[in-house]
Order: sequence, then C-alpha cells, then structure tokens
Amino acid sequence: MTAEPRLPRAARAFVSFVALLRVNGFAIAPEQTTAFLAAIELLGPRNPEDIRRAGMATLAPPPERRGAYDLLFRIHFLGGEELPGADGEDEEVVRLQEEGGGEDEPPLADESNQSGEQAVRSEALVERRFAAGQSSDALRRLAREAPARLPLRRGHRRMRARRGPWADLRRTLRDSARNDGEVMRLARLKRRLRPRKMLLLIDVSGSMKARTEENLKLAHALSQAVAHVEVFTFGTRLTRVSRALKLKRREQALAAAAHLVSDWDGGTRIGDALQAFLAVPRFAGYARGAAVIIVSDGLERGDSSALRDAVAKLSRRAWRLSWLTPLATGAGFVPQTEALMAIREFVDEMVDGGSSAAVVAHLLALGQRRAA
Amino acid sequence: MAVRGSLSGIDSPDALEKALRAAYYLADDGVATAAYLALALGKPLLLEGSPGVGKTEAAKAIAAVLGRRLIRLQCYEGIDASAALYEWNYPRQMLAIRQAGEQSIDIYGESFLIERPMLAVLRAPDSTVLLIDEIDRSDQEFEAFLLEFLSDFQISIPERGTLRAAERPVVILTSNRTRDLHEALRRRCVYHWIDYPTAEREARIVMMRASSVAESTARAVVAAVGKLRREPLTKAPGIAEAVDWAEAATLLHKVGARWPDAFKRSIGVALKDQEDLAFISGRLDALIAEASA
Repeated sequence: MTAEPRLPRAARAFVSFVALLRVNGFAIAPEQTTAFLAAIELLGPRNPEDIRRAGMATLAPPPERRGAYDLLFRIHFLGGEELPGADGEDEEVVRLQEEGGGEDEPPLADESNQSGEQAVRSEALVERRFAAGQSSDALRRLAREAPARLPLRRGHRRMRARRGPWADLRRTLRDSARNDGEVMRLARLKRRLRPRKMLLLIDVSGSMKARTEENLKLAHALSQAVAHVEVFTFGTRLTRVSRALKLKRREQALAAAAHLVSDWDGGTRIGDALQAFLAVPRFAGYARGAAVIIVSDGLERGDSSALRDAVAKLSRRAWRLSWLTPLATGAGFVPQTEALMAIREFVDEMVDGGSSAAVVAHLLALGQRRAA
Repeated sequence: MAVRGSLSGIDSPDALEKALRAAYYLADDGVATAAYLALALGKPLLLEGSPGVGKTEAAKAIAAVLGRRLIRLQCYEGIDASAALYEWNYPRQMLAIRQAGEQSIDIYGESFLIERPMLAVLRAPDSTVLLIDEIDRSDQEFEAFLLEFLSDFQISIPERGTLRAAERPVVILTSNRTRDLHEALRRRCVYHWIDYPTAEREARIVMMRASSVAESTARAVVAAVGKLRREPLTKAPGIAEAVDWAEAATLLHKVGARWPDAFKRSIGVALKDQEDLAFISGRLDALIAEASA
C-alpha cells in the first residue's frame, strides 16, 4: 500500500481558490470541489476564462454574489489589486434615480411631526450599529404565536381528510384490496393550508429613526418564526435584507443587515422606492398574493403621484396591504398628510405602527380573516 | 465521478457550440461550456435567468444535438410524485380485482403502471433528455423529492422496489428565479446563469428564427428591445418577443405600412402589459427613431 494519495501540485491553486471562496462566505461542498477539478481537466484549460467558467458552473455561486466571485477569482488567479470591500450583493440593492429640479417642499406636517423636516433630498450613506438588547415582551409574543396565527392560504398540495372535494383513489384501492375489492368507504383529499407569503417594507429614513431598530428586530423575529418572509428596507435606496435576517442569532442577523443597508436615517422617497421595488420582476413577484406590510410614516416630500401609483399597483398584487404608521394612534385615525390621504383608498388598513406591541398585535390579527 | 469526456461525438465546448448552431440555437461561450461540462460530468444542468432568455430553447436544442427525445416536466405548485414519477391506473386495478373473482391477481403489474416523465427517463436514459421546467414554481417538498433523483438517478416504488437508471440520464432544469432555490439543489447541478444576449448575437438570433426579416429590421428591433429592457417594466420583452416584433413589423411593412410606423403599430407583440404600454407610449416614437437610426 502506498501512502495516502497526494494532491498534484497543479491542483493546489484550484483547491486553495475554493478555500478562499469558503472563507468569504460561499458554501461549497467537497463534491463541488471534485467537480471543479474534473471540469478544469476537461476544458484543457486553455486560458483563465476556462477556469473561471468551470468554477461558475460547478461551484455555483449564487447569482447575487457573482460580482464577489469574479473579484476573488481575479485576486487569486490574476493577482488583482482590489480588495473585496464592496462585495457583490449589488443585485439586492436598487439605487433610486435622483430626479433633478421639482419642488423640494417637505410634506405638510399638520401632525406637528418635527422629523418631517428630515425628508431631505441628499443621500447620506451611513453605517449603523445596533445594541444587543433584550427581547421585549412583544417580540417574545410574536415568536411564540406567529406560527399558529399568521395568515394561511389554501395550497395546491393535497392531504388526507375526513371530508374533501376529491376522492383519494390510491388509499381507497389499498383499503378495498383488503376486502377483496369491495369499496367500503371512499377516502377523501382536501387542499392543505400553508402559510401565506409575507412581505415587509421598512422605512429606515431619518423620520423613522426612533423606530428603525425595533422594526428590524421585529422583522428578524418574524423571519425566524415562519418561512416565506421577505424583508426590504427603503430610504434613498431599496435593499433586500431577507437573507441577512435568516441568520438565527439576532445580533449577527442585525449586523449583517446593517452592513447591507447604507441609507440609514437619510431622506425619504417612498414613492420612488416602491416604484423601484415593482420594477424588478423578481422583487415584484414577492408581493403577489402576499400579506404586504409597509412600515412608514408616509412623510413624502413633493408630489405624491408616484407614491399613489406604486401603492395602487402593490395593492392589486397583494392579498392584503397594511400601512403601519406611527402617526396613526387610536381606532378612528384619519390621515392628514397629503401622501397618506392619496393612498388611503388603496390600502386595506392604516393602523398604528408606533410601538412594537402595536405592530405585533396587527401582524397576529392578520390571520383572523379566513384564508381565501 | 463518472467523467464521460465525450457524448455523441461532442468533445469540447466549441464542438457543442457548433452543433447547437446547426440546431438553430446560438449559444454563447458560457452556455456552451456549462452544457458541455454537465454532459461530460454526468451532472444535471441548471439554467437560471430572466423569463424569455431562451432557457427552454437551450434544452430543446441540446436534445436535438444529442438526437434524443425531449421529455418535459412543467412544474407548478403542488406537483408531486404522481404527476412527475408514476401513477397507478386505479380504475383498471379496480376492474381487474372484480374480474379476477376467485383467482389471485397482481394488481401492481406493469400493465397498471402509468409512466410519468421522470420514470420514462429513468427507463430509457440513453435515448431521452429530461427537462424539468420552471422548477422555482414547485414547492419545497418537490425540490426535496428531486434531490434523491438528481444525485443517484434512482427512485423507489414501494410496490415494486427500487429502480435505477442504467446510465446517468441527461437532465436539464430551468428556473426563472422567482424564489431562491435550495443550496442542496444547486450543489448537485452544473449551474449557469443565462443573461440577455448581446445586441450582435440577438440580431443573429432574430434573423435565424425569422428568415423573412431583413438585417436592418432585425438590428432596429434588437436595439429597441435593448432599450426597453432598461426601462422599469413589469415584463421586459424576451428574445421570443424580439423575434415576434421583427416578424410582425415586417408583415405590416409588406402590406403597406411605412417603416417607423410598422414598428409602432406592432408594439403589442413585444409589450404585453397595459401598464407597461401606458408607461412607454409617450416616448415610443423617440425610442423607435433612435433604434432605427
């Protein structure tokens, strides 16, 4: 018997490339490394491009991280100088076009809301850190009750049932075989209930500053409690943070989200943000048939027609559209700002979003209406 | 790993690209490389990309190149083993039990088995290509069910035992990425993200697919479609829409419409959403004039 087979010298660079990818957060299985090496051998390789393609095909970096993959490839094989600072999560961020001219009027702040002034046009990019903090009662309640109380829908997969619209031929036949082919009872099937998709759009602009951290904690608790939750933040950009919030530990998840989002506490351009959301087909698909929850004060500067159009479109896609605003206190809330008045007819409800307890209460009440 | 090296005489990405071109599919280097690797390594090929970039067409072309029958499994929410794998013919089984009377009968025999796409491919791996189309439409249960099939190419039918493919079948999966697929699924496949083709390549595709279209028309349509794809539309026009638009405009031109007007009047085959049409209508003239310049 010879010693354990050694890796040929030529293969080392490729294996260390896989290691480099792993260090940078790409999940790559050993079998993929084997396939990578086999692919390189098959292709020749005639040039670096062959190696890059072999890696793309077999190591399968997720599409939104292709930028990061290419960068690491250049650094490893071509000796590139760049540092992987701005990594390739670009596809998850949509920058809103800055429109030139127009009125810069902040919205009428009838509610004497001092932070309305902060709906500014400059794009301030900042990083934000969150304190670890304890779970509040509201968060614990959400984690505990969400699986049972969030809205359901009827799925297209069937399950056994005492009563139901379809006959279960498979089971009926099996039962009848035991009775010499005599059908004693017709087994039935019904559609299985499944959790409805949920879409959270969270305003992280300056006017919502006091609530941002709590809202993200809520989003994290919700993402952990049930599947099919998509979370976006918007201010001067639109950022998908769903993947970050899938991390189990809250500090980690919030730190990852904080790293992705770079428009904390800046201006608000709600209409443009929602338009941008709808313009990416992959994102717009998340709203279809979903319980859509927008957490924003609706302090939109200037013309509210973009906001109106976007909310109308969203409401046609969504199963139910809720607008949670800190301005709404009490049951008989009547919106006073121009923007909220414009969208009032399209949202199913405009309720209090001023405290975690209120938001959680609303989320848990969503499922009370029967699944449609 | 079972490396085949060559299949039906295809021994390099270039050879595959040439063969695909003969089957009327213009593949870029990326698609050709990924498809070649999938064939050579005996792994499934997962093609992901926006709707209308030619994922399904690629699968059809690969089947044509290999001279095999394409078996297509369209996914939808709730698709399960009885639609994808096999189903028993329950009414016939029931009748057989009745007719058999006192004699014993095997109601799980071959004649009662209804073959579905995955079983069909497993039984004839050397003459078929399995296309699992729009896998992102199925639910996670089905994705999990696919994992066993895609790694071992074997399935078990409780009444008959385990069935294994004699050789690794060619399997192609497509996804529009309306949701993120499970990592385990991507890991088992050779993966390729198909982008929209370059203007040059797309013009060649249009001319190849619609032989009546003149080169200048094809270029104008491709330029216009390229501009439309950069707009925030609900449904950006795919390659098929570009081909249709070029054909429709050519047809209108033949029956007497003037050139820029022919494009404008046939916009309905490229943009199929009322909101998109309303959004673009104001700038359509300028866009077409720019594109035909």
